[in-house]
Amino acid sequence: MYQTSAASNVIEPFYINIPQSALDDLKHRLEWTRWPERETVSNWKQGVPLAKAQALINYWRLHYDWRRFENRINKLSNFRTTIDGIGIHFIHVKSKHANALPILLTHGWPGSFIEFLRIIPLLTDPTVYGGKAEDAFHVVIPSLPGYGFSDKPTETEWNTVRIAKTWVVLMERLGYNNWVAQGGDWGADVATILGYMRPQGLLGIHLNLQFVFPEKEPDNPSHDEQRAIEGANYYLSDGWGFFQEQGTRPQTIGYGLCDSPVALATWIYEKFHEWTDNKGDPEDALGIDDMLDNITLYWLTNTGASSARLFWERRAIGISLSGPELDLPVAVSVFPYEVFRAPKSWAQQKYSNLIYWNELEKGGHFAAFEQPELFAKELRAAFRALRNT
Amino acid sequence: MSTSETQATSNPIEPFHVNIPQSALDDLKLRLDLVRWPERETVTDWSQGVPLAKARALIDYWRTKYDWRRFESEINKLPHFRTTIDGLGIHFIHVKSKHENALPLLLTHGWPGSFIEFIRTIPLLTDPTAFGGKAEDAFHVVIPSLPGYAFSDKPTETGWNIERIAKAWIVLMERLDYKHWVAQGGDWGAVITTILGQIHPPGLLAIHLNLPIVFPEKIPETLSHDEQRAVDAANKFSTDGSGYSQEHSTRPQTIGYALCDSPVALAMWIYEKFYEWTDNNGNPEDALEHDEMLDNITLYWMTNTGASSVRLYWERRRTGGVRFLGPKLDLPVAASIFPREIYRAPKSWAEQKYSNLIYWKEHEKGGHFAAFQHPELFTDDLRAAFRTIRRT
Repeated sequence: MYQTSAASNVIEPFYINIPQSALDDLKHRLEWTRWPERETVSNWKQGVPLAKAQALINYWRLHYDWRRFENRINKLSNFRTTIDGIGIHFIHVKSKHANALPILLTHGWPGSFIEFLRIIPLLTDPTVYGGKAEDAFHVVIPSLPGYGFSDKPTETEWNTVRIAKTWVVLMERLGYNNWVAQGGDWGADVATILGYMRPQGLLGIHLNLQFVFPEKEPDNPSHDEQRAIEGANYYLSDGWGFFQEQGTRPQTIGYGLCDSPVALATWIYEKFHEWTDNKGDPEDALGIDDMLDNITLYWLTNTGASSARLFWERRAIGISLSGPELDLPVAVSVFPYEVFRAPKSWAQQKYSNLIYWNELEKGGHFAAFEQPELFAKELRAAFRALRNT
Repeated sequence: MSTSETQATSNPIEPFHVNIPQSALDDLKLRLDLVRWPERETVTDWSQGVPLAKARALIDYWRTKYDWRRFESEINKLPHFRTTIDGLGIHFIHVKSKHENALPLLLTHGWPGSFIEFIRTIPLLTDPTAFGGKAEDAFHVVIPSLPGYAFSDKPTETGWNIERIAKAWIVLMERLDYKHWVAQGGDWGAVITTILGQIHPPGLLAIHLNLPIVFPEKIPETLSHDEQRAVDAANKFSTDGSGYSQEHSTRPQTIGYALCDSPVALAMWIYEKFYEWTDNNGNPEDALEHDEMLDNITLYWMTNTGASSVRLYWERRRTGGVRFLGPKLDLPVAASIFPREIYRAPKSWAEQKYSNLIYWKEHEKGGHFAAFQHPELFTDDLRAAFRTIRRT
């Protein structure tokens, strides 16, 4: 779909220009949605309630404007470059402050680069937003392989380890000798792997999801530890279906996610309900246009199957909430509505150099998306100690 | 779909005919023409799910060659009925044998199956002498559709779990005036039939299972070869083969949107099991024909039962979870073990659960959809299994 020179090191500007026919096709499909009967409960316990799904599809059909979003992101600096045979899309915004710290932000599933859009100016241009020049960042936001405007892998082994190595090449190619990495969801996995690899140039990482479970559950967990155990247990028993399906049969679920906008939308919207800090509605946490920007990105790039395939790849090399021990500087922000809240005691066991720890009062799994100002402040505070003045 | 008016007050049994409006068939065809495909899998087998080439071939066949009216005419030759039980319209096929002393047999399907799985067994069971069998082995056959499946109604409230379905089946057999009967099932049908065995209503003489639910509470340290094989199979299912089940059990409405809006989503969700759970040499078509697989898939599509059918898993999880543990049963139990079933129940464990195991047969061929794939073998087993149960 996208032409990118396979010649090494070429970085090409990229503009998003979805053909009108694709937008028309989406509209038709939305009009033809064939609905199931409603759920037999009066809450979200069987998944997205019919009334919510219909409201979302109606809005998408009648009010949502992709071109608005397209214009907005085309004002940012988008690029593509080929690394390890795959065209990687990324946003790259340099701060006007020359000594800004380069930061690599990695999204997850069902997210995208979109989650970080609002924090870009906060990070690159802090003085405009009540911050200090010394806290400025140069920002790099790639799309994972199989997501957004990156290419879809055509061979196996495009797991988060390979992605981490790709990101190292990306930062080198951008000429960054000292940089930090940040991530949540799959991005946290990638950032953790980067932290374990400790490539030349990586000064430290920030995580809003931490793989700090001990190998063996403690005999006498503290209150915080017990809360984390319960959070994880609940997730693994009740909230794990999508993960199991995507981790074992990404192609099978992919057919629905690529053929049916409502299938894709509700598959994602469900997580906007389950994993955000809300009062019962995803719209409490995220604007409907924001959510549909993200969903429509998945739809128009036809990445329903390819994004699921990452789960299969990760499962192939083993996945665990008990991640590696890290020696490099690690900064942690714990948001209350994350899938589980990591206890500081466990983080201290895994991260021998825990340079920053904060537990917030608001926000969930999509931390940057839900709380851009809080998130930007976290990153400024987290990395202050690592900057060279 | 033509549905008779079914009155809740007087509980009549009303004949039923399948008549899908042409607009629904045209709509399906349009959707099949407009399928938007993912890229192909990155492997060269089924380990990421249905391969793209197989999916395209099935959709192509469905689009250009499959004939629903053929199937509709065929099944309308059978006697279909609907009756309201416990507030829900239940569809069933009821074929009486010409042999008066035939044994009434209740056959319960599962997911992603339907009454269709049993169609070829009906004449074999009801009219054995026409097929080299004996009059003494004749059955009257009752094949209901589970609530939320096929032409049964979709429950609108919670609580339509396995136990409630079993009780509805008891009412059904009473309403059909059967004083003595036997029950058979695989998949959800095996769970329901097991519960029937546990309830042991007065009329129920015996049950037959092609998926015995016999795992012990605690897996012993030392296992025989057969027991180890069953444990390994169950573990493999749990780690690799149960994604669909976890989604069904926790988010039936969410996956339901895909299964109701997209024929390819529904078809692949089902077709995958026709590959994984049948006795085949690498293709579902080794085990089942295109037309019969599509009869079943199209039935789910036309009745828009993608969400309602999987809601049963959610109900099961609330009352007991989808596990392979089962209760102990005292009534006569018969079992047929097919090699490509999800796991092969070991006889040792069946003997622990079933104090009166009257029949046990291990086959060389066949899988989860036992009746669908091998109607003759299946019928032979039912005849043999229930021979000792019949009253002369």
